[in-house]
Amino acid sequence: MTSVLRLDGVDRSFGDRQVLKNVSFDVAAGRMTGFVGGNGAGKTTTMRIILGVLAADAGQVTWRGAPLSREVRGRFGYMPEERGLYPKMSVREQVVYLGRLHGLTAEGARRATETLLERVGLGERGDDLLETLSLGNQQRAQIAAALVHEPEVLVLDEPFSGLDPLAVDTVVAVLRERAAAGAPVLFSSHQLDVVERLCDDLVIIADGAIRAAGSREELRATYTTPRYELVVETDAGWLRDQPAVSLVDLDGARAVFDLAPGADEQPVLRAALDRGPVRAFRPVSPSLAEIFREVSQ
Amino acid sequence: MNAFEATRLVAAREIRVKLRDRTFLISTLIFFLIAAAATFLPPLLAGGPPNVAATEAVAGPLRGAGLQVRTVPDDAAAEQAVRDGEVDAAVVAGPTVLAMTEAPREVISALSSAPLVQLLDPDATDSTLAFIVAFAFAFVFFLTSQTFGVQIAQSIIEEKQTRIVEILVAAVPVRALLAGKMIAGTLLALGQIGLVALVAVAGVAFGGDNGLLSLLAPAIGWFIPFFLLGFVLIAAMWAAAGALVNRLEDIGGVSMPVQLAVMLPFFAVIFLNDNVVGMRVLSYLPFSSPTAMPIRLFTGDAAAWELFASLALLLVAAVGFLLAGARVYEGSLLRTNGRTSLRTAWRERG
Repeated sequence: MTSVLRLDGVDRSFGDRQVLKNVSFDVAAGRMTGFVGGNGAGKTTTMRIILGVLAADAGQVTWRGAPLSREVRGRFGYMPEERGLYPKMSVREQVVYLGRLHGLTAEGARRATETLLERVGLGERGDDLLETLSLGNQQRAQIAAALVHEPEVLVLDEPFSGLDPLAVDTVVAVLRERAAAGAPVLFSSHQLDVVERLCDDLVIIADGAIRAAGSREELRATYTTPRYELVVETDAGWLRDQPAVSLVDLDGARAVFDLAPGADEQPVLRAALDRGPVRAFRPVSPSLAEIFREVSQ
Repeated sequence: MNAFEATRLVAAREIRVKLRDRTFLISTLIFFLIAAAATFLPPLLAGGPPNVAATEAVAGPLRGAGLQVRTVPDDAAAEQAVRDGEVDAAVVAGPTVLAMTEAPREVISALSSAPLVQLLDPDATDSTLAFIVAFAFAFVFFLTSQTFGVQIAQSIIEEKQTRIVEILVAAVPVRALLAGKMIAGTLLALGQIGLVALVAVAGVAFGGDNGLLSLLAPAIGWFIPFFLLGFVLIAAMWAAAGALVNRLEDIGGVSMPVQLAVMLPFFAVIFLNDNVVGMRVLSYLPFSSPTAMPIRLFTGDAAAWELFASLALLLVAAVGFLLAGARVYEGSLLRTNGRTSLRTAWRERG
């Protein structure tokens, strides 16, 4: 069977406020799954439940079909949202320490730490106290801390916030490596453009409930009304009177329009050619931000 | 990762970090120096028997009393030796004792016939000495439990404040985290008082007062198990207090009861140290017994069974507080939004 991290009907309340309502989704092995939602939508609570830092009121989380035990979670890698390591310990020492807490031998933890610090670009800074590093470098150290024990599953809460573009690239490369090695990678972000660039799969949460989940292409297909862009020589205002067309945007010779479901786009193109040269005619994929806006409402 | 191994790793980290902490090293050194000064200096400063200048005619009884006698040709030379500070006192014809500012007790008693003295309670300890010993025990317990208790609280708050606690809790059992911190704090505290005790015993032995040593050594020996349990009791309270807050700045508010639990017994033991009934009560109360019972042993008031009874009571209290502290710790460790009330922490489990 495939390796899947699965959430099944997870509920959680704080006091009388229910923050997660019947949350179910899968994170498949070898894929980067983006977890998006507004502030307070329940992303962090969900991740804490996966890691066993919080208990679910109902429902369960399974990995490879078995409920999560501490043993199994010990092989997960986790990067909490508001993060920090020990400010007064050196980077190397605390990454080794966390490796050992996750069950590595002293020697194994040391070796993994060296490789990883080198990989995230902190090779030279290993002996520096964490508090003396820039925020971006502290973030890199945090990534190293989450990865030191070569986790089977990665759960990262906002791994890219506070990173400069160069660091984002480094981190992305490291995460892709892990995904390619077969680990499911779940990461949350409110930077939709970053998610769009990175994720294979997408889970959208709003107000404690999963609104959409699936591969990026699937979601695009599902949540897209067929939309096209047309550029002609002269004014494209005539589109208004075409059957099955609703104009979204008209700017002189350029128009963006939606087609009624099931309608064919070719008659529109033909109608345009009848009126003169057509400079461009192409389907428009909605951006993640647009899908997000649509399903979150 | 089993809980035992996790506890060991956590404790090892705490100790390693502490041993590199300059503030900790300096305060330990100062504590050590105070203990050394308090026990080594008095015999050094006391010096030997007084020097006395005298003519050969009166020197006999002075030598007999073990004084350092310097023979001078006449009384004028004797007086001059005192004035020049070459000797502490002189004995001239009369006999008259000459000294600069203070009547020299040893010289006077060497020349007078003392009445027969019969002590009715020869074993009773000198009350000044008893006070000093009481103060020393109370002070050592107060200072050490305070220092290391606060450190346990600080280390807990640091992990909460930086949120590293979420990574730790995802990796190891919560109780292993707490146990590791408690063990590290206890070992460091025991190490420190062990050093102080060693210095104190060495100092008293150096002073050559074997009578005092034979009284003090068992009291110090018993102080160690009492200290161990008393420390666990107080450290459990500090751990709970630390887990309730999120920022170091907020520790003041929740630590008041803990501070009182350390401070009140400290003053009670010092003020009641010569009150037999008061000390008997204090020597059974878990918060004061770690200091009061060894003091009673020192002053000779405590029977052997009393030591065991009091230690057993303290053990029960320490285990009780440890369990309660662990529950509060577990209930509030992951509540990182503001201060958690004791009631919420008690109810919340995971």
